[in-house]
Formats: sequence, structure tokens, C-alpha cells
Amino acid sequence: MTTPFYVSPEQLMRDRADYVRKGISRSLSVVVLNYDGGILFVAQNRSRVLHKISELYDRIGFAAAGRYDEFERLRQAGVRLADTRGYLYDRRDVAALGLANAYAQTLGTIFSEQGGKPYEVELVIAQVGDRADQDQIYRITYDGSVTDEHGFVVMGGNASTVSSALESTYSEGAPLAETLRAAMDALGRDNGEQHPVAPAMLEVAVLDRSRKQDRKFRRLVGSALTRLLEDGAAPEEASADADEADDRPGARDGASGAAADGSEQTDLLADIDEVLGEDEGGAEGADGGDEDRDSD
Amino acid sequence: MGREGVGRNADLRTARGGGLADTAFMTSGTASFTEFLAEYNPEYLPGRRVAALGAPAGGAMPVEVPHGTTIVALTFPGGVLMAGDRRATAGSMIAQRDIEKVFPADEYTAVGIAGAAGLAVEMVKLYQVELEHYEKIEGVELSLDGKANRLATMIRGNLAMAMQGLAVVPLFAGYDLEDGEGRIFSYDPIGGQYEERGFHSVGSGSVFARGALKKLYRADLDPVGAATVAIQALYDAADDDSATGGPDLTRKIYPVIAVVTEEGYRRLPEDEVSELVHAIVDARMRLPDGPQAPLH
Repeated sequence: MTTPFYVSPEQLMRDRADYVRKGISRSLSVVVLNYDGGILFVAQNRSRVLHKISELYDRIGFAAAGRYDEFERLRQAGVRLADTRGYLYDRRDVAALGLANAYAQTLGTIFSEQGGKPYEVELVIAQVGDRADQDQIYRITYDGSVTDEHGFVVMGGNASTVSSALESTYSEGAPLAETLRAAMDALGRDNGEQHPVAPAMLEVAVLDRSRKQDRKFRRLVGSALTRLLEDGAAPEEASADADEADDRPGARDGASGAAADGSEQTDLLADIDEVLGEDEGGAEGADGGDEDRDSD
Repeated sequence: MGREGVGRNADLRTARGGGLADTAFMTSGTASFTEFLAEYNPEYLPGRRVAALGAPAGGAMPVEVPHGTTIVALTFPGGVLMAGDRRATAGSMIAQRDIEKVFPADEYTAVGIAGAAGLAVEMVKLYQVELEHYEKIEGVELSLDGKANRLATMIRGNLAMAMQGLAVVPLFAGYDLEDGEGRIFSYDPIGGQYEERGFHSVGSGSVFARGALKKLYRADLDPVGAATVAIQALYDAADDDSATGGPDLTRKIYPVIAVVTEEGYRRLPEDEVSELVHAIVDARMRLPDGPQAPLH
């Protein structure tokens, strides 16, 4: 007769946390930073269509590291929650704190639930205010912990290396180009030694305080991003409108077609495979996705 | 585990208002906000009040509610213009003299409403969320035809109310980013959708407005010319339809005029409209029936 194995709750939680942390550290890093005109999101992303950074609501952005299918499900849930609140109350009543709490509760529940697989994700919910001191950045980890961050946050990959690199270069209230440069330099250290990040591997977006429309979220793609990286000039509102033209699906395809080389295409397919192959859930799905997330 | 976490919110499985896990927010698979809302709580949808109204299906409504009146739209090279008068009537009473009936549906479309005002405004609000929601969930904007079809679906959903006298008849206009031109769509109370060429009008004064549009419209108008034609048409509608309000010079209440071009939706500022209106009213002092078209 065999006695069933006893696993202490501490051990169980530690195992789950180790499993999740390992998963998240295999993804590429994402940085969220304050700059003088709002909030900047920078991610290393092999894909141009599977976003790690997105708009949740007028003033609220979402960034995630980890497994795509899991954070994408959370992102869609957040968009639904935000749109429902905004529709039932008022657009001004949708706040980052409420969304961050909802995410925290969700992730906490999923993490501590027996039987299911914990989500291998880490999130940032950021809200741009009318003034710099009203900006809010919340970081939500896989177990449902929430932290209210100031300045910058790094998630995924070699987060502590990137974070310590940023600590020396980041200055609060710096202009957009300078902040983006600091973020890119730090992301270049993700793999240990310093090597520059290719612009084609970057996903960049801002919550732009000065934008006249209600929706402050704007992706920086194509020529606008190149210009920002090259001469460091802050984009004006006129060029911002042109960026939006770039952001439209047709234009975006064109831009990616121009910039994409063979390997990027392959990665894109791998990303899609990962998404498609994941509804099996559990550890198998996670293993299947692993090599796609390995940094090169 | 909870690294620098300030609080852990675990095991809060509140169905609504709190966490997202296992709620419609997480499990819904639709990109349509209306469909999601029906799943989440159908009571939140406009037009679900048939039972409460007390009228048998097909019967008239026992209460008078404000109705919006005349909307006109016309295309010009590179865009489309929409204008609406400012009157809402409940029976023979003027319910509101400065109501706004032309709205942006999103950045490249405008929607004007005639019919039961309260219901129509609610429907427009839902429609605005619908378009934005799709864009956020799917990552791409709907095509102009897709947007027009979505609106038809929403009017069809209002059929029961329409049969009780609470019809909503919108006019939809937008800039087609693929074709690079302005387009106009009209609807009937049961959701039929028709694309219009050049110009169209809806509402109680539409018969008179359309006559004026027919005589004044030409294909090579500039935006200012198009605005002038629209004000003339609304003036003629107000001249012969008691439910349409003319420009109110004493209270400085002028038509709402929206222009949609490649640069997006733009409402003409008050002073521009005021100038056009005054010029037209001055001319009508000499020719009360307005400009005369050549006989051949």
C-alpha cells in the first residue's frame, strides 16, 4: 500500500510561481516609461501584427509580457470592461485603477486556483493625465500583486538587467526621443551584452497628453518612428496625423512588407502557430510555445 | 512571490464589477459590442422597453416624446458634409430648440438622426462604442461599408419600437479611405439600407430640403459651397415644415455642420457657420424664396 504524496501549500505555490516566472523570463522585454508629454511603451516584438502594446480606452494603455494567448484574452476582457463602463456611466469614469484591480483579482484567482494552469503573464496598465503628476502606471504580476510605479517599469525577459541599465540612463521628464533612446539602449542589454535593437523588432506606442482627440493612444510606426530614432525630433501633431495613416491596415502591411526580411516572416508564422496551437491549455501548450519565445 | 506587491487580491470571484474570470468579459468571443452587451445584460441595450410602454404591438405609443427633424448630407470632391437643424418637437410643442442631431460616429464618419430623439441619441452612443470596440478588439478598423451595415443591423434591432411610433431614421456619411471619396447611406425604419449619390435628406422637412438640394447641388462644390447649399436646404425645410427649426439669429442658434474628409471629422466652428448663415439670411431679405435656378 502506498501513501499519497503530501505537498505542502508553500511548496505548491513556490512551484507554480517558479513555473510562471520561468515562462515570463523567456519572453522579450517590454518597457513602460514616463516622458514629458505622456507615457511611452516600448517592446521588443518579432511580430508586427501580434501586439504586446494596445489601447484599452481614451487615456489608458495596456502592455504585457509572457504568453500571447493569455494576455490577449486579458486584453480583450479589459477592452470589454472599459467599453461597458464607459457606455453605462461616462467616458471620464473609466479609470486605470479600476481596470488594474479587475486584472489583479482575475490573475490572483487564476494563480491560486487548483487544477488550472496559472497565466504566464505580467501586465502594465498606464493612464495619462492632464498633467504629468496625474500620470499613473500600475504593474500587475502573475499572482495578482499590484504595484503603483513611477518613472519606468520593465517586464519580461531579463527584466532586472534592463531595469538596472535604465536606472542610470533614464531621467524623468525627458523628451520623447531621449526617453525612447534610453529604453532602446536598455532593451539592447536584454541578452546580457550590449547590442542594438533593430527598429524592425520594435513595437512603440505613446499615450500622448497633447493629442487633441479623446483617444490619446497612438502607435509610432514606419517613417514617424524612423524619424524619431534618427534625428530625435519630437513629432508634431501634423506628422502625428500622418502616422495614423501609417497605422491603417493597408499602410501597415506596406510598411512591414518593405521592412520584413525572410527571418521575420518565419517568426511571424511561428507566432501565429503559437497562438493557434494553444487552446490545448496546460503544460503541453506551454512547452509548444517555448522555443518561439526563446530570445536569440 | 508578491515581490514588491502592495496588496494581493486573491480569490475574489465576484461575477460583476470585480474580477473578470469566468464572466462574459473573459469568455465572450465577439468583436461586436452590441452582441457582447446582449450577452452581458440585455437590459442595457436601447429599444428593450417595448413591454414597459403598455401599447400593444403595432399600436401607437401612449406618450409624446421628442422627435428630431431634418438632416441633409451632400458629397463634394474629397469629402462629405452633413448638417442638421436644431429643433426637437413633441407633438406641436417645441421640445428643444438647440438639440444636436449630427455626431461623429468615429474619426471618418458622421451620423445624423431623425425620429424619436432620446432613442436615437442612445443608439448613436451605442454605435460609437460599437465601432471603437471593433477596432480595439480586432486591431483594424471596419471598412466604410462594414460600418454602414452595422448601423442597419442596429436599426433592425429597433423594429419593435419602430412599430410603436418610435422609429429612428439615421443618415450616415463617411470618407471612404479605400476609394478616397465621401459616401452617403440612408436607412428606412425597418433597417433597409440604401447608398445615395450626391445628396440626401431625412426627417419631416426632408421633402422640402431635397427639392432645394436638387436645384443647388453640383458635383464640383468646395466645402464652403457645400455648407452654403446645406444651410439653404435647411432654410427651405424650416420655411415649409413646422417641425424643422430655421436659424435662430436672436439666440445665435445655427445648424450643426460637420465635414468629413481625409483629415477626419470636423465640426465647423460657430463663427464660420454664423457668417454663412447671416449671408444667406441677408440674401433672403431680398429674395425670400432663396436663390433662383436657371430655367435651362
